[in-house]
Amino acid sequence: MALQDKYAALVQSATNMGVANLAVAEKDGVLHVSGTAKSTADYDALWAQYAQLDPNMASGDLMMNIDIKANSGAQLKVTTDATNLNIRSTPSTEGEIVGKAAHDEVVTLIEKTDDSWWKVRTAQGEEGYAYAQYLSPL
Amino acid sequence: MKITKVTLAAVLALTVAFTSCKPKDADIEKAVQAKETTGITVSVKDGVATLTGEVADNAAKAKAVELAKAEKGVKDVVNNLTVPAPVAVTPPPASMTTPMDAGAMQKVSDGLKDIKGITVDFAGDKAVISGEVTSANRMKIMQILAAAKVKSDVSKLMDKK
Repeated sequence: MALQDKYAALVQSATNMGVANLAVAEKDGVLHVSGTAKSTADYDALWAQYAQLDPNMASGDLMMNIDIKANSGAQLKVTTDATNLNIRSTPSTEGEIVGKAAHDEVVTLIEKTDDSWWKVRTAQGEEGYAYAQYLSPL
Repeated sequence: MKITKVTLAAVLALTVAFTSCKPKDADIEKAVQAKETTGITVSVKDGVATLTGEVADNAAKAKAVELAKAEKGVKDVVNNLTVPAPVAVTPPPASMTTPMDAGAMQKVSDGLKDIKGITVDFAGDKAVISGEVTSANRMKIMQILAAAKVKSDVSKLMDKK
């Protein structure tokens, strides 16, 4: 229960934000939290709170598997540091590069293939898979 | 006198009809009640059986009505049975049962590929990240690991000065 207490404020925030399908469970010294945040802002706020509750997120005792609500057709902003985001033929870096999206460019979500890879379409009409962590639903 | 006789006969007939009706309803009620599952209350009036109470599901509801209708003497059935509202079940976090396999490792490696200055090793069910990063990249790393549902060991990950 100690972990539930440590992250109680975080879970409370998620509840207040209306994170959908919020689930919390503890297993083998790790607190697992999953659900779907309504917006990128909510998602960022939850991660900021995690960093605050567990400095440097170094304890490895929280698995915050929260995604952001985005339906097919949603607009996604490319949030790479400065570089281009590769669009690939398959959901893996082994997939051939079929297109590129620039930093801050907006692409369209076709399908959430899994939590790590999303299928997108660029403004130029290139379609393929991009790493989800570098895409933020607008 | 004639009218009085007729009236009298009519009153008599009605009385007989009513009195013969009453025990009949009670009998039907008893018979239907005996057939229905517990939790259902049966009341019969003028051959109309009313079912109240809560049953498990819609199938049980239909069955209860069918049983009541089948009873001799039941003219109609008023179905006031309720079914409990479905309880929304949120599945437990998927990360609890996600194995650390080649696919998960690939996802971590794919995501961390573009973050400079770090190395990733896999030990047991954890991704061990070492190197030096900015606080923004540290968060990115943790988000990538969480999305891949991979546990982390970042004790060797230092802050960039």
